[in-house]
Amino acid sequence: MDYTAVVLLEIVYMIAFLVLTSAGLAVVFGMMRVINLAHGEFVMIGGYTTIACAKAGLNIYVAMLVISPLVVGLFGLIVERLVVRHLYGRMIDTMLATWGLSLLMVGLVTMIFGNTAVSVPAPIPGYQLGEFQMGGYNLFIIAVATLLVVCLWLVLRFTRLGLVARGAMQSADVASSLGYNPKMVYMWTFTAGAALSGLAGGVLAPLTGLLPSSGAAYIAKAFITVITGGAAVIVGTLSSSVIFGTINQLVSFGSTPVIGEIAMLALAVVLLRLMPQGITGRFFRNSA
Amino acid sequence: MTGGFASAGRMHWGWFIALALLLILLPLGSDTHTPTLLAIWSLFALSLGLMWGYAGILSFGHAAYYGLGAYTYAITAMNTGESTAALILAVLVPGMVAAVVGAMMFYGRISDVYMGVITLVFALILNKFMGATAGEAYRIGSARLGGFNGIPAFPILNVPGDPSTQIYGTGLYYVVVVCLLGCYLIARWVLGSAFGRTLLGIRENEARVELLGYNAPAYKTAIFALTAAMAGLAGSLFANWAEIVTPSLFGLGQSVEVIIWVIAGGIGTLIGPVVGAVLLGMLKLLLGEQTLVDNSLVLGAILILVVLLLPRGLAPSLMAWRARHVVSGAGRSRSGGSRRRRPPPSGDSR
Amino acid sequence: MSEPVVETRDLSMRFGGVLAVNNVNFTLRERELRCLIGPNGAGKSTLFKCLTGQHRVTHANGRIYIRGQDVTGWRPYEIVRLGVGIKTQVPSVMNGLTVWENLWLAARRIHGQHGTRREVERVVDELGLGAIVRREVGELSHGQRQIVELGLVLAQQPWLVLLDEPAAGITGAETERLIELIQRIQEAAAVVVVDHDMHFVRMLGGRVTVMHQGSILMEGDSNQVLNDARVREVYIGSRAK
Repeated sequence: MDYTAVVLLEIVYMIAFLVLTSAGLAVVFGMMRVINLAHGEFVMIGGYTTIACAKAGLNIYVAMLVISPLVVGLFGLIVERLVVRHLYGRMIDTMLATWGLSLLMVGLVTMIFGNTAVSVPAPIPGYQLGEFQMGGYNLFIIAVATLLVVCLWLVLRFTRLGLVARGAMQSADVASSLGYNPKMVYMWTFTAGAALSGLAGGVLAPLTGLLPSSGAAYIAKAFITVITGGAAVIVGTLSSSVIFGTINQLVSFGSTPVIGEIAMLALAVVLLRLMPQGITGRFFRNSA
Repeated sequence: MTGGFASAGRMHWGWFIALALLLILLPLGSDTHTPTLLAIWSLFALSLGLMWGYAGILSFGHAAYYGLGAYTYAITAMNTGESTAALILAVLVPGMVAAVVGAMMFYGRISDVYMGVITLVFALILNKFMGATAGEAYRIGSARLGGFNGIPAFPILNVPGDPSTQIYGTGLYYVVVVCLLGCYLIARWVLGSAFGRTLLGIRENEARVELLGYNAPAYKTAIFALTAAMAGLAGSLFANWAEIVTPSLFGLGQSVEVIIWVIAGGIGTLIGPVVGAVLLGMLKLLLGEQTLVDNSLVLGAILILVVLLLPRGLAPSLMAWRARHVVSGAGRSRSGGSRRRRPPPSGDSR
Repeated sequence: MSEPVVETRDLSMRFGGVLAVNNVNFTLRERELRCLIGPNGAGKSTLFKCLTGQHRVTHANGRIYIRGQDVTGWRPYEIVRLGVGIKTQVPSVMNGLTVWENLWLAARRIHGQHGTRREVERVVDELGLGAIVRREVGELSHGQRQIVELGLVLAQQPWLVLLDEPAAGITGAETERLIELIQRIQEAAAVVVVDHDMHFVRMLGGRVTVMHQGSILMEGDSNQVLNDARVREVYIGSRAK
C-alpha cells in the first residue's frame, strides 16, 4: 500500500518536473512557433541565480520565485531583441541560432563560475511514508508546477493579455487590429517564456549540484515533451508530460532509471510517428 | 547558387586534383596526427552536407551513425581479430539502420522539426543506452560494451588478409584521405545522376515531385541511408585514430558540432562542409590548448553570427561574392536579387 | 460504349462535421473535356483531391476507377504513374530550379536517358518557353509559372489531365492561350478542369458538371448548363448570402 503511494507520488513528481521544465519552451513554441534551444541554459541560469542569492543571504523562496524569473526574463528580453526577432518565420534558423546561444551561455558560465558543482540545501525536510523516506521538497515542486499550470490557463483564457497573446499566435494581424503591436507581443511572450524557464531553474536548484552543463539535461526532455505535445501550450504540454512522466517512472520502477529514460525516448518516437503534428495536432485541436 | 543540376553535378577537376595533391603531399611537410582527425571530421561533415544541402533533409542526430560506425568497427574487430570485416560492417550497419529509421520517418510523412526530434531522440537513445552498459553482462561476443568508458584496445586497421601488418600513423592518414576523396567523388556522381537530380527536385518541392510520379519517401530513405553509411565510415576511421570508442560519439555535442561545421562552411556545396570541418576543427583544437576563452563560447558565437549574417554559410557566400564582383559583363544582370535564399526551405515556410 | 477513363462510385468524403462530397457518381470518357464547377464549398476541390489521391480514400468512402483500375486508396505518385497529369490549385513547381530542369524531371521518369532531352525541347517549343528556359522558376511571373506547370503535365504525355483552377490569376491574353492549350491537350487526353469562373468555363466549352453542397446538381452540355435557371440560382444564391 505504501509502495503504491510512493510510486504514485513519484509519477506525479515526474509529471510536475516535466511540466515545470517545459513550460517556458512550450509558451514560446506554442505561441510563436519558435524553438528556443537555449531553454536549458535559461533554466540553468535561473538555478545559478537562486544559488548565488541564497549564498548571499537572501531568502531562498524569494530568490527562486521572484529573482530568478526576473533575471532570466530580462536576459530573455535581451536575447529576443538581439537575435531571435530577426529570425521569426525561420524555424530551423531559429533552432540553430538558439543552439549557438546555448553553447555561448555554457561557455560564459564556465568562465565565470568554473566547472565545479554549486549547490544549496533543500529548504523543506524529508518525511516518512510508511517505511520509505521521501523528499519533502518534491511536494513543493509539485505544488509550484500545479500553480503554474493553473495560473497560465487562467491568464490565457480569462485575461485580455492572454486573449491578445492567443490572437497574435494565430496571426499577427489579429494583434494589430486589436491595437497591439505584434512585435511587442512576441517580445513579451519570449520574455515570459524565459521567465518561466528561470522559475523552473530556481525551483529545481536545491535538487542537485548545478554545473554549467546542467542545461543539456533539461533541454532534451523539454524539447521532446513540447514537440510531442503539439501546438497547444497548456493542454499539449500537460498531456505529453503525463504520458512521458508516467511511462518514465513506471519503467524505472520496473527496471533501471536509464531504461526508464530510454522508454520515454522510444515512446516519443512512436507517438510522433502516429501523430506527426504532436498530440494536440490530432486531439484537442483548438484548446489553449 | 544552390539550385541547378549543373552546379550540383559539375565536377571541378582542377580544384579536385589540386586538393588531392595537397593532401597526398602533406605528410612530407607536417605531422599527420591532426590532419587525419580533420580529414575524418571532413568526411563526417561531407555526409551531412550531402543530405542537407542537396536533399533538404536536416538530421539533428547524424552523430548516431558516426557512433554506430565506430562501435561496429570496435566490436567486430575485437571479435574477428582483424579489420577487414569490421570496416565493411562499420559501413553497412549504420546504412541499414538508417534505412529502417528513415523509412519510418519519410513514409510517415514526418518533416522538419518533428524529424529533428526523432533523429535527435534516436541519437540520444543510443547515447543513453551505451552509457549504461558498464559491467560484464553487457557484451557482444568477446567485446565488452564498457558503459561510459567505452571500448578501448580493439584491433586497428590492418592490411586485408595480413593481420600482422597494421596500418597507423601516416598509413592511416592515407587511408582516410582516400576515403574522403572517394566519398567526394561518389557524392558528385550521385548528384549528377537522375537520382540526384530528383533529390534536388524533392528539396525544392516534394509534393510536386510526387505529382510527377516519383516515390519521394523512397528517394529520401535512400540518401539518408547512403549518408549514414558515409558517416559510419568516418566513425570507424575515428575509432582507429582515437583507439577508443565512447558513448559521447552519439551525444548531443557531436551532433550539434557537425551541424555547425556544415552550416558555417556552407550548405549547398560539397566543399563547404569540408571547409567548415577543417576550420572549426582546427579552431576547436587550438582553443582546447588554452584556457582564456572557453571553446563552447566561441563555437556558439560563431553559430549565431553565421545564422544571422551568412545564413548559407561561408563557401556559398564567397562564391556569390565572387560571382557578383569578379564575373564581368552581361551575365551579371540577373544574378543580384534572389541569391540570398536561405538554406533548404522545408522547415521555414510557416 | 468505351470504358470510362474516370469513374467514381458512391464517393463520399467528410471533413470535420461536413460532408464535402456526398455520394458522387462521376464519369468521364476518353478524350472528353469536362469542367467541374460550383460555388465555393460545393465540393469540387475535394472531389478533385480524391481523384488525385491527395485525399486518402478508403473503401468506406466509395470507389474510384481510372481506366478500369481500382485506385481507391492509392497515393498520388501511384496514380500519376498510370499516366495521369495533375496541376494543383496553388502553382506547384520547383522554384529553385530552372524551367528546363523542371521539365527535365517531369519527362525523365518516362523517357529514359536519351529521350528526355528531346521531349523537353518539344514541350518548350509547344509552349513557347524558349526565352525563359534557363530562368529560375521562382523568378517568373505567376502566369509564366502556371504555363511551366502545364509544361510539367505535358512532358509526362498523360492520357488523363486534371487541372485545378488553371486560369487563376492570369490575364486576358494569357487566358486565350491557355484555352487553346487545353483544347490541344484534349486531342490526346481526357481533361477535367475545376474552376468557379463561369466566364472561363463558357469560353472553354465541352461538358459541364455542376456541384452543389457535395452532390452533382446537373450535368450536360456547356451552353445548356450555364444558362440553366437552377445553376444560376445556386451561384447567385450563395453569393447573396
